[in-house]
Amino acid sequence: MIKADALTKRYGPKTAVEALTFTVRPGIVTGFLGPNGAGKSTTMRMILGLDHPTSGTVTVNGRRYADHRAPLHEVGALLEAKAVHTGRSAYNHLLSMAATTGIRTRRVREVIEMVGLDEVARKRVGGFSLGMGQRLGLATALLGDPATLVLDEPVNGLDPEGVLWIRTLLKSLAAEGRTVFLSSHLMSEMALTAEHLIVVGRGRLIADTSVADFIRNAVPNQVRVRTPDADRLRALLFGPEVRVTGRERDVLEVTGVSSDDIGRLASAHGITLFELVPQQASLEEAFMESTRDAVEYRVPEGVSARVAGPARRRGGEVA
Amino acid sequence: MSAGTVTPGTGTGPRFVSRAAGRGRVTFVRVLNAEWIKLRSLRSTFWVLVAAVFLVIALGVLVCIGTVNRWPNTSAAEKARLSAPNASLTGLYLAQLAIGVLGVLVVTGEYATGSIRATIAAVPHRLPVLWAKTAVFGVVTFVLMLGACLVAFLSGQAVLAKENIDVSLGDPGVPRVVVGVAVYLAVTGILAIGIGAIVRNAAGGIAIVFGLLLVLPEVVRALPSDWQSRITKYLPSEAGQALTRWHPKGDELSPGAGITVFVLYAAVTLAVAAVLLRRRDA
Repeated sequence: MIKADALTKRYGPKTAVEALTFTVRPGIVTGFLGPNGAGKSTTMRMILGLDHPTSGTVTVNGRRYADHRAPLHEVGALLEAKAVHTGRSAYNHLLSMAATTGIRTRRVREVIEMVGLDEVARKRVGGFSLGMGQRLGLATALLGDPATLVLDEPVNGLDPEGVLWIRTLLKSLAAEGRTVFLSSHLMSEMALTAEHLIVVGRGRLIADTSVADFIRNAVPNQVRVRTPDADRLRALLFGPEVRVTGRERDVLEVTGVSSDDIGRLASAHGITLFELVPQQASLEEAFMESTRDAVEYRVPEGVSARVAGPARRRGGEVA
Repeated sequence: MSAGTVTPGTGTGPRFVSRAAGRGRVTFVRVLNAEWIKLRSLRSTFWVLVAAVFLVIALGVLVCIGTVNRWPNTSAAEKARLSAPNASLTGLYLAQLAIGVLGVLVVTGEYATGSIRATIAAVPHRLPVLWAKTAVFGVVTFVLMLGACLVAFLSGQAVLAKENIDVSLGDPGVPRVVVGVAVYLAVTGILAIGIGAIVRNAAGGIAIVFGLLLVLPEVVRALPSDWQSRITKYLPSEAGQALTRWHPKGDELSPGAGITVFVLYAAVTLAVAAVLLRRRDA
């Protein structure tokens, strides 16, 4: 369980994280989303006591990270690929980490095997690929068998097989009742791995909700309709909440009306439908939609309209 | 997969209880062990230490050979000035640079590679890391340099014996010189750790160490002579090396006072480093 309460971090005049309050619960994978510079890494560093909050607090399992007597057993962290001395072997890096808290050599070998680094464990980390570095970072995080995992971009640089492996691993770790908190800029990956989302923009909280709700709330669902009577249906659908677009002559992209209602309406007026497809927005769209507002925060009004205006329209090739 | 156990919880899902829960406290001995593993697992550290040992021995022997060769043509005044133990320990001047650079790198290497974040995540109180680094590096340097000094002294004196100008370890003041060189080098290493922890940057740290040991004495030499005589003896290198001189030059601190001043420099540097380490973001 990670609890942030009015967490704030300022670097001089720049505010990286502002009054962030959220809770990361055990038992599920929680995703941490935000555009670059939104304060994700800063927040994660504050969770681990690496950066000091300007104000506010963040605790892990009820205590500040630094107050834990055996921190590696409480929280496993992957902060950035290769927070490891490049001249040291993976084995010796893990051995030195393990030594601080009395973890035995057997466990070091165990995590090396778990992440699949057996063959290169004695090689210097400087020669590791990004993916190998990520695996080593994960081994470091798992070393103390912690109840909480904080992972900054863990799938960065992994091959598809590695991505699948880490997704399965994280889900199984969460299923054991652990708290799993990960940031990623790969939306599709996040949609597959995370159940819950904490979304930040410009250091502020934008959403703290389930992935499904986040998508539903951020982007109204769209229905794709293909009909030879497109013009007639468009006129019938007209309403204050309804938006109809469409780039092809016989295709309408409708938001604000459910596919059921469109079907009934068409049937009542004897309009033939070739296609009636509800289209779920992707997490990526939901994310863009939500964080664009956060990005707009400090942009003057007129500029904002010009910049955001065209982007607000959803294209035809949605989802 | 997991080494822990899953127990039914009262909430929505199982509550994870780590097998390691309640164990694995961070203790200073454990941090010492971790820093020892780190020090011995870097190839560069190993080679710099080998170089320092080699420099101490080789340079000492070389200077002694030169002294013996020139001895028949050496003036009486110069002969009187010879310090046989110091001649065999001339390697100090090069070894201090190797040790100083390594001390800086022991800390800044962690910042350059980002491994400092893993280190601090493991030891969030932070200060034990600095003390452990200091202790491990200080002890390793002292032990290695003491060995190197003994070898350099014994082989150097063996060379000087040709002209019967050698001294033995049992002669008054000699053990103080041999051990003093090792102490001076170890404290130099500790001072360098403090500097490295303050500037957190290898190039800057090495520049400061070289500046303190090599440039500062030269700068002071350019001052008016009455200032010079008052300041020189308090410079870190001058004060520290007072312990290593068999025959005091006259205008310097006593061996005891000199090393005390030098240790104080190192202590103040470490104290500043400690305050900054606690206060700064990693």
